[in-house]
Amino acid sequence: MNTVWLLVVCISVVFAAINGRIDGFTKAMFEAGKAAVEVCLYLVAIVSLWLGITRILEDSGLIYKLSNFFRPAISLLFKNIPEGHPSITSITLNLLANFFGLGNAATPLGIKAMEDLQTLNPDNDTITFEMMLFIVINTSSIQLVPFTAIGLLASYGSRNPNAIVLPTIIATVISSATAVGILWLFKKFSRKDR
Amino acid sequence: MDTISLVFQGLIPVFIFFTVIYGFAKGVPVYDSFVSGAKDGIGIIIGIFPYVLAIFIAVKTFEASGAFDFIRKLFAFVATPFNLPPEVFSVAMVKPFSNAASLGIFTEILKSTGPDSLASMMAAVIMGSAETTFYVLAVYLGAVGIKKTKYLVPVCLAADMTGIVIAIILVKLLF
Repeated sequence: MNTVWLLVVCISVVFAAINGRIDGFTKAMFEAGKAAVEVCLYLVAIVSLWLGITRILEDSGLIYKLSNFFRPAISLLFKNIPEGHPSITSITLNLLANFFGLGNAATPLGIKAMEDLQTLNPDNDTITFEMMLFIVINTSSIQLVPFTAIGLLASYGSRNPNAIVLPTIIATVISSATAVGILWLFKKFSRKDR
Repeated sequence: MDTISLVFQGLIPVFIFFTVIYGFAKGVPVYDSFVSGAKDGIGIIIGIFPYVLAIFIAVKTFEASGAFDFIRKLFAFVATPFNLPPEVFSVAMVKPFSNAASLGIFTEILKSTGPDSLASMMAAVIMGSAETTFYVLAVYLGAVGIKKTKYLVPVCLAADMTGIVIAIILVKLLF
């Protein structure tokens, strides 16, 4: 992340200077601040909401039952999670929310899953393989029906906006599988991780 | 599609209903329980804020400096020999950084090339099958304060690239 951020910021400054858009650069910085505050305010609400709901799941013991129920499926990928651990449920719920295109629930449940996975982490600064796996699956997107894209196609008068569903699903499945594959390869070839 | 969307949206209320009823049946003080869980939310977001801010500053200044336009022109140049609509690369480039910006470009493509063009189809599939990778990274890593990410970022970028290439090839084959 350090390298990516450094590169992007430096390129931005250089381009702003070349194109004579230094004032635009400064303006964009404050716009970014405003946008970050807006996004975080929105996140406070939905994350708190879902943490409240999942707390009820924890207090009623349902989360552990669900974890045991989902474990066979999840442990195919996430091998190092102990039985009945709450992270199994939060990971499953996040994946389901993503799958059904429920963005409002997916992000908060993903944050919960990361917190649950952190409780299994012996070194709080360093990412675990399970966390990487979880993030990679999330960033490769696993949405079943791309509602936003279909909605836009339809609103511009496409003859058959639903035609994109099949290629999107295929692309999503292949890219998620590739993502997990690439992660496994990296794990195999990096000595630090063993 | 609207019906499917409605059914999916209905999953959340059903889930919450079930959770609350189950909690009540088990003798959990559901209101107190909800509040005590929700209390943690604000602390987590305060922890995430600097990460989100850093990403937004990088994305917004990158756009404002004209660097995005330059890269788009560069891709237009690369796309010609492959006989691909150059606009598609703009969506693919922008999507990992910003959802709003990629939606803007997608709308532009729809307007300029028509909703049934090859470019629109490719852009639509990319919109549906790619994620805002850097935002997800900032939020999820920020939530638990992870600093050492090992090889996560290169893997995510490689996965994004693969997804985009697959989306383009699929649309080429199917339409």
